[in-house]
Amino acid sequence: MKAQRAALNERIINSLIKLAGYSSIVFVGLILIFLVREGLPALNDVSLKDLFGSRWYPIEGYFGILPLISGSLLVTVGAILIAIPLGIGTAVFLSEFSPSWLRNLLKPIIEVLAGLPSVVLGFLGIQIVAPFFRRFLDLPTGLTAFTGAVLLALISLPTIVSIAEDALNTVPPAYRQGALALGATNWQTAWGVTVPAARSGLLTALMLGIGRSIGETMAVMMVTGNAPVLPSGLNALFLPARTMTATIASEMGEVATGSPHYHVLFFIGIILFLISLVVNLTASSLSLRSRKRAERLLS
Amino acid sequence: MKRDCLGILVLITSIVLTACTAGQSQQTPPPSTYIQNKGSDTIVNLALAWAEEYQSLHPEVRISVTGGGSGTGITAMISGTVDIANASRQIKDEEMQAALANGIEPVEHVVARDAIAVIVHPQNPVDHLTIDQISLIYQGVINNWREVGGEDRPIVRLSRETNSGTHVYFLEEVIRKGEKGNKAIFSADTLLLPSSEGIIAEVSDNPNAIGYDGLGYVTEHVKVLAIGTQPEEPFVFPSIETVNSGAYPISRDLYMYTRRDAPPLVNEYLEWIISPEAQQIVTRLGFVPIIQSSAGK
Repeated sequence: MKAQRAALNERIINSLIKLAGYSSIVFVGLILIFLVREGLPALNDVSLKDLFGSRWYPIEGYFGILPLISGSLLVTVGAILIAIPLGIGTAVFLSEFSPSWLRNLLKPIIEVLAGLPSVVLGFLGIQIVAPFFRRFLDLPTGLTAFTGAVLLALISLPTIVSIAEDALNTVPPAYRQGALALGATNWQTAWGVTVPAARSGLLTALMLGIGRSIGETMAVMMVTGNAPVLPSGLNALFLPARTMTATIASEMGEVATGSPHYHVLFFIGIILFLISLVVNLTASSLSLRSRKRAERLLS
Repeated sequence: MKRDCLGILVLITSIVLTACTAGQSQQTPPPSTYIQNKGSDTIVNLALAWAEEYQSLHPEVRISVTGGGSGTGITAMISGTVDIANASRQIKDEEMQAALANGIEPVEHVVARDAIAVIVHPQNPVDHLTIDQISLIYQGVINNWREVGGEDRPIVRLSRETNSGTHVYFLEEVIRKGEKGNKAIFSADTLLLPSSEGIIAEVSDNPNAIGYDGLGYVTEHVKVLAIGTQPEEPFVFPSIETVNSGAYPISRDLYMYTRRDAPPLVNEYLEWIISPEAQQIVTRLGFVPIIQSSAGK
């Protein structure tokens, strides 16, 4: 009797867990269906030429999404350029150089940074970062793509650091010991042996950092100025920009359901979904490759 | 163990169910009197604040407020489905004809006024602009403060997001100067900020910036410009007095429309709305009260 009940419990719990596992696939599928259903009619409402035009002013029927795509790319690329040296550097320091008491202090602090609500960082951006950059770089306004990139770098930093540090930790100790035994310094060991050995894990960290920053909305909306300008050169980084996420967030609330504007906003959602899908696929294919390599080494 | 799970499930379901029935039962005791209020999104927050205050003063009255736009509200009033239509514009001739044809005579009530202040950094030497100059600045034709009598600085244009009623009003009445066929729009490099606070923060910090906002949102950290329609005419600062006298050009009346034979309850509500007490709520929400400030205090 008791055994029977245990078996029954087991079956119920098993199926519940299975349900939980499959549900995420179902959710992603449903979201995709919903996005496509609401977003694809945009191609009917607006001609392709207008949709990929250079002016975004939806209340007068200008639906050019190029400034939004380029705005998102500008801010994200800027963020990654700042976050790569900082994030990988921090991870290398934590796993290779820092004494363990310092690591035990730094890791929780970095994790607190991960838990900081982005709207709080946005406040900081408006009140301190933007005015500082305006004075320091002598810009017309501090609300620029660069300010957004700096905040995004801060937001994606914890992701990059913790995954990169994990990747460095999985490098077998024998690698380091071998290098040190051959007379390499600490730095030569880290730069010449450990980092290359953890390369694919570090790339995964960067990809996930990109994914984190391209989807970020609130902080970016508060500090980039949201002007839909098509970038004309590298100096665009120091001019206001409007990202896809900020556009959806600020315009979705007031738009009439079923209008061309509504469909175009969902179309932007599809583009965002595709970008993060590509980023995540790249990240997982990289980590898959690293696992195969590790298996090969072990056999 | 299974019984525990079941117990929890039953508990959760019953909580959800009671929550649902609680929500419904609040509506079941029929209020003795009911006012339907619909229309302009610009006024919807103001109308809600009035409705809440009035309902707390008169618990027997229930007022429902919905938005949807001035046209929606007036149409609903004409067809007799709402008692009061909120509008940020006057009723059109064809709407008036339709109402009369339907046996309803609309009555207009000015319930508040809305003024838009043009603001700059306190250290900006420019203290007045004409509507034409502001229009050219926001279209991206004038790009340096020097061209309007200021220092040699680039102009950074700030605006509310396109979903804001203030944005649309500014576009139509200032950038297009109220001209029907004028298709001018904001320069693409206009910064679109999500909140009034964002505009105030940037203007109070950045000497290059120009912005606009509802008069009620303006703080002492920014400088309000005097506005003129023609260069030779006097420039006017926005204030409760100049808005009420019509001297300040960037302002509009906000209306409520009722039918002539409205029930006394509706008329009592409208009388209360123009009382000093209700007009204090107008000031609190950033609009201009229709009563002189001395009477409001």
